Amino acid sequence: MSKMSGLVFDIRHFSVHDGPGIRSTVFFKGCPLRCAWCHNPESQLFEPETCVRNHRIDDKQFNVTEVIGKQMEVAEVMNEVAKDIAIFDESKGGVTFSGGEPLSQPEFLRALLIACNVQEIHAAVDTCGFASKSVVESVIPHANLFLFDLKLANEHEHIKYTGVSNKVILENLDLIINSGSRVIIRIPLIQDITDTDINLKALRSIVQKYPSIERVDLLPFHNIAKSKYERFGKEYTLANSDAYDSSKAEQIKDYFKEIAPIVTLGG
Amino acid sequence: MNDRIKKLRDQSLRAINTFSAERAMLVTEFYKSGEAEKHSIPVQRALCFKYIVANKTICINEGELIVGERGPAPKATSTYPEVSLHTLPDLEILDSRPKVSFKVDDKTRKIYEDTIIPFWKGRTQRDRIFENLSDEWKQAYEAGVFTEFQEQRAPGHTVAGKKVFQKGMLDFKAEVEKALTNLDFKNDPRAIERREELKAMAIAADALILFANRYADELEKLALTEKNSVRKEELVEMARICRKVPANAPSTFHEMLQHYWFIHLGIITELNPWDSFNPGRLDQHLYPFYKRELDLGVLTQDYAVELLHAFWVKFNNHPSPPKMGVTAQESNTYTDFSLINLGGVKEDGSDAVNDLTYVLLDVIEEMRILQPSSMVQISKKNPDRFVKRAVRIAKTGFGQPSFFNTDAIVQQLLSQGKSIVDARNGGASGCVETGAFGTEAYILTGYFNLNKILEITLNNGVDPVTGKTIGLKTGNPEDFKSFDELYAAYEKQLNHFIDIKIEGNNIIEKMWGTYMPVPLLSLITEDCIKNGKDYNAGGARYNTSYIQGVGLGSITDNLTVIRKHVFEDKTISMADLLKALKSNFDGYDQLRHDVIYDTPKWGNSDDYADRHAVMVFNTFYNAVNGRPTSRGGAFRINMLPTTSHVYFGSKIGAMPDGRLAKEPLSEGISPVQGADRKGPTGVIQSAAKIDHIKTGGTLLNQKFSPSFFNGDESLDKIVSLVRSYFKMDGHHIQFNVVNADTLRDAQKHPEKYQDLIVRVAGYSDYFNDLGEALQNEIIRRTEHEAF
Repeated sequence: MSKMSGLVFDIRHFSVHDGPGIRSTVFFKGCPLRCAWCHNPESQLFEPETCVRNHRIDDKQFNVTEVIGKQMEVAEVMNEVAKDIAIFDESKGGVTFSGGEPLSQPEFLRALLIACNVQEIHAAVDTCGFASKSVVESVIPHANLFLFDLKLANEHEHIKYTGVSNKVILENLDLIINSGSRVIIRIPLIQDITDTDINLKALRSIVQKYPSIERVDLLPFHNIAKSKYERFGKEYTLANSDAYDSSKAEQIKDYFKEIAPIVTLGG
Repeated sequence: MNDRIKKLRDQSLRAINTFSAERAMLVTEFYKSGEAEKHSIPVQRALCFKYIVANKTICINEGELIVGERGPAPKATSTYPEVSLHTLPDLEILDSRPKVSFKVDDKTRKIYEDTIIPFWKGRTQRDRIFENLSDEWKQAYEAGVFTEFQEQRAPGHTVAGKKVFQKGMLDFKAEVEKALTNLDFKNDPRAIERREELKAMAIAADALILFANRYADELEKLALTEKNSVRKEELVEMARICRKVPANAPSTFHEMLQHYWFIHLGIITELNPWDSFNPGRLDQHLYPFYKRELDLGVLTQDYAVELLHAFWVKFNNHPSPPKMGVTAQESNTYTDFSLINLGGVKEDGSDAVNDLTYVLLDVIEEMRILQPSSMVQISKKNPDRFVKRAVRIAKTGFGQPSFFNTDAIVQQLLSQGKSIVDARNGGASGCVETGAFGTEAYILTGYFNLNKILEITLNNGVDPVTGKTIGLKTGNPEDFKSFDELYAAYEKQLNHFIDIKIEGNNIIEKMWGTYMPVPLLSLITEDCIKNGKDYNAGGARYNTSYIQGVGLGSITDNLTVIRKHVFEDKTISMADLLKALKSNFDGYDQLRHDVIYDTPKWGNSDDYADRHAVMVFNTFYNAVNGRPTSRGGAFRINMLPTTSHVYFGSKIGAMPDGRLAKEPLSEGISPVQGADRKGPTGVIQSAAKIDHIKTGGTLLNQKFSPSFFNGDESLDKIVSLVRSYFKMDGHHIQFNVVNADTLRDAQKHPEKYQDLIVRVAGYSDYFNDLGEALQNEIIRRTEHEAF
């Protein structure tokens, strides 16, 4: 197995919302985007970070410094993932590489995908799509599924809320779909940012362009990340936002149902 | 459910649990009459049983379709003074205790004071047992090293095999007569013993027929005065059925339910066996009748369901007999552990799920009552939709059905030497115990406290709670140079206490076989007739005695803490650890933090921790498995706690894993509450590292918040989780689906949650009936949700 290593901040088991079946999700550390609503602030920097975690035992508090992000070899990741193989087999699940942005560590990602391929482990890549064309091309033959994020259709808005243009993202979506890869589109529902009529309409017409898109997951905003931002001492512009209105989410679901075969709320 | 069933169910739910002296009085009358002395012990017991059923109150509740009560009314619960005698203070405790109480009226108190206590004091089976046990045994018992199942209830774990459903008492009697004529007094020195046992069985068969006829008489009487013509017809039909069964084999669906119910009542009246009695593979036994009558058009689907509902209520009317002392703590519940098995495989190994299986699942979902409990047997041969239907019911949160691995059960039974057919006819009963139904006496003998052994080891043979030396001097732990030295000492102590437990079992089991035979139970258990030998004396085809290990999660984490912090990282000295334990971690906050937060734990698929579970499991297995019992069978292990993990915890001081003194231990093979941080896949992978096939059952509790079950897709994922665990030979898994807020509110306002049933450990119970410590533990368990 490749000696390649990469920066990982978590490996989570029993993921049931990141692709088919029961999956393990490998979270890569580092992301080129800075989405205002990011619920994994610890995933953003391309280097290990420390945070202060508060451990409680009854009414006693203990502050413990924790390092987030670990350089892991492919074999190390695969050993952890392999524990779940019987469960993947039974549930038709597998591994999802997520982040951060997995395409930002392309060689590590490719080595992991190949390691999955040789063992016939279903491998999905959960990506924001922001990467060079050559990187995307190098990954396409080895991924069984892409979970592809679409956030904002308008380029200026995209720059405003994520820090980057969506031009290359939309090109990569086109590239992936035209290669025949399986794609699930994931859209975060953020009040007054991504859920405006104009944005939803534009995103819907992108989805409509590709009949091969098998599914759209709508991910309503939930305010679970507030304490994480505090722990990392990072500013969170949406700190005081409420959880997403569920009836509005249902309406949007219906709106997408008109054009996509399967639409889910919450993945 | 229709109005009739609603009323019967409501009557059962509202009935107050009372302590009934009726049976005690009849037993006392019989033994005072002078009749007993004329006969051998087996015949005495059979005649005593006959006297009870010939004279007890006949109770027919309004609107009933299946009749028969053990006591004079629903939940009026019999006592067994010949086995264990309640004292007057016991009666006060039972009457007034807030949990699992039995109301005792003045008349009953008086009967006990004037008649029952004076007659039985000093001559019960319990007295006999305690007189014969060694001081060493008593010390270990009092220290909470182990419990003893057979000190106040009869050996149990009796499940009806298919023969029970295919034959009547007259058929059994004919077999007995044949066995009697075949006795060879010239060449068989045991022939006289066999004759007495067989005679007793024949009397028991007659007694049960007599009991049913008394019901028929009463039903006929009621029919005469009944104004409602529909009910009148029902009563006439019920009377006909009671004349026919259990004397003869049943030939209709209704007859079969009534037939079984009389046998059930007989077994739990004869003595008070653990886990009452159990119809076992109900969907298999009933299906041929169900199908035939449905096809012929003589039974409607609705009426079949109504009869099943009526049958269900009967179980709920029969709480487990009032317990006392340690036993009341280890099994603190009204549940009497009838566990109905659905699914699994047929004798030929093929898929046993049928249409009636699904009907029975509907019944379970609709009835939502404590008893009977229910489970699904899942083989690789069974369809996923069967598992999914069961998951859909489990998600409603009353803890039923639980999920069992048929393929593992069959392997377990085969490895214990059962035939393939007997293995496939088996299943699980009680909480999770594997057995060959109808052919095996598999008896739970007591819980074994795996963590108390460590406490004694860490104190060089002394029980620090009492200061008494009760174990071996295995050395001062501060002198141990390696983890292996410590573990060798633990192993020695464990073997020492297993020896004490087994020595006690050999005495106790012999006393049951000698003084307390059970002719009725023997009559229906193969091959007691053929062997001319009692169920309690080893007459069954297979005989197994189980010792149940408790606290695997806790012992694993305790050993992991010691290996990591004391011997490998050397971050805590043994001396400091012992001081911390002695002070119950007072002044050792940082140390307690480190052992809790900075140690790998069981339940996360982490080999560093999990290897200790495997070590302890193998040590326990090697100490027990295969040793001969006095009934001619073998000792084996299983891993389940009922509520003993709370009792055992109350007998142990602080432990290395950060658990404070007296707190509950982990239950079954589940992780310590809150220690599993990687979700259910981590839990099942850890749990599968021990070899379940070497056991007679293991118990794994997995909690889910109700929200997890939203949507059909998540049900499929639970199905695959169950299937994955079973592929790895996991024996059993059950789901607790309720959120912590609900439970906390229930603790504050018990009055609003009288119907709240939660999964405890291998069984479900009313939340209100649980002790506060156990309630808190379940809340903690529920709060911890990684997803």
